[in-house]
Amino acid sequence: MPLLEIKDITYRVKEKEIFSGLSLAVESGRVHAILGKNGTGKSTLAYLVMGCESYIPTSGEILFEGKVINELKVHERAKLGIALAWQEPVRFEGISVRDYLTLKSKEIDPSIYLEMVGLYPELYLDRMLDKSLSGGERKRIELASIVALEPKLAVLDEPDSGIDMLSIQDIMNVIDALKKNGTSVLLISHREEIAKVADKASLICNGKIMCSGNPKNVAQYYKSRKCEVCIGEECVYV
Amino acid sequence: MSELEDVMKTFGEFGADKGILVNRDIAHLVASGHRILSMRAVEGLEVRAEETVTGIAASVRVLEGIIIKNPVHLCFGILHKKGIQEIKMNVQLERGAFASFIAHCIFPRAEKVRHIMDAVVEIGESAEMRYSEVHYHGLYGGIEVIPKADVKVGKNGRYLTDFSLLSGRVGKLGIDYTVWVGENAVAELTARVFGHGNDSIKIKEKVVLEGNNSRGLIKTRIAIEDNATAEVTGITEGNAGGARGHVDCLEIVKDSAVARAIPIVKVSHPLAKVTHEAAIGSVDKRQLETLMAHGLTPEEAVDVIVRGVLK
Repeated sequence: MPLLEIKDITYRVKEKEIFSGLSLAVESGRVHAILGKNGTGKSTLAYLVMGCESYIPTSGEILFEGKVINELKVHERAKLGIALAWQEPVRFEGISVRDYLTLKSKEIDPSIYLEMVGLYPELYLDRMLDKSLSGGERKRIELASIVALEPKLAVLDEPDSGIDMLSIQDIMNVIDALKKNGTSVLLISHREEIAKVADKASLICNGKIMCSGNPKNVAQYYKSRKCEVCIGEECVYV
Repeated sequence: MSELEDVMKTFGEFGADKGILVNRDIAHLVASGHRILSMRAVEGLEVRAEETVTGIAASVRVLEGIIIKNPVHLCFGILHKKGIQEIKMNVQLERGAFASFIAHCIFPRAEKVRHIMDAVVEIGESAEMRYSEVHYHGLYGGIEVIPKADVKVGKNGRYLTDFSLLSGRVGKLGIDYTVWVGENAVAELTARVFGHGNDSIKIKEKVVLEGNNSRGLIKTRIAIEDNATAEVTGITEGNAGGARGHVDCLEIVKDSAVARAIPIVKVSHPLAKVTHEAAIGSVDKRQLETLMAHGLTPEEAVDVIVRGVLK
């Protein structure tokens, strides 16, 4: 049984259909990359899995450990073991990096998670999670917080994007740490080289999964940029 | 139990350090209602205080070039359910002096209490004053707090103030501060208030940047819930070359509470610049969902966000 199973979901906003019959499965302990151009609904998929407000499938089911979670709120899904690293993490006034990393448990040592993402704990633990941090710093802290949560499923939405680009090695460190904890990863990106760290990859386009399989092959296909000539109705290249 | 012991016991119950009274290196003034209960000065700091019909009149002077190492503690309050306390303060920091004041205002049982503070502050050239006013209120909401201050900051001087009313019911609050900022001088005013029930919060803070290259910041953080109301008026005038001012107001509103923000900026010199930002609304949805994605319930997440904003 897959850890996460998305079964034939449709998601419509007003008249626009973002997903039409999208299906996807993430196996336990595996890294599944989702590749796709900007605007193909990758972040929307992340929000649907996390259960963000107004992100409920119009039809179809999202199952986690075999149970339908369509109606569960964000914190209820978090308690089941789902976590999301946002593409553009928000900032907070008056909440320190230490506070943020220990939201779930005050018992953990937050230093090890900062070191994992290339930040010196002595320089960052007591800094505020506010606009004094650069986009890259905030992003690294978001990834560190996900590892600290020890979730069953981590959804990483464009972990390499941002003003200060994270190196592939930093992302690898995070994914390695997650895998060691037995965490499955849904790795969302528009960069084909990211897919190489995955066990499996899928290409999303026009509201559907166009192909899935060996990350190298999917990345190669994506790299060929046939998407650039897509007429937006039906993918004739698959 | 003496009145002083009662005041200090209550003081301690709110988490404050009762040891400040016995430490000879720490200056203090403790007044309950219309009575002065304890007072101590330290070298270079002169404190004069007298009881009046409605409260206390005090003058504090820090002599030229004197650095007061430990914060000066001012402890005011009314422990009774009803009463009035009018504090008239005259504070003077002479040239090059430095002092930090912490005012503890304690009204744990107020059902019909009026606390009025009327302060005149003069900060001399290159002097620095830090003033933190912390209020500890009870749960009845029958209190009216009216702090008024007129502050002059001399050349190269600094004035940093932080007003917080986060414990218990606010009651009625009416802050009215005006700060005149001289050449190369700095004024930073911060106010943090959490209102509940039918609390009424009115804050008017005005910074006049009248000296060349003067700096001013008015920062206000308000959270209100139930049927509380808040009106924040931040006024900054830039009247000299190189003057820079900013007004920053954030108000979080829950339940049926109502908030207003009125930033007023006025510039009368072509080389002065004043900016403002104001945000009023419910808790930010993305912040809320981010914390919920870490396993916090919606109520816990709101609490963390509000406490952070008021920190």
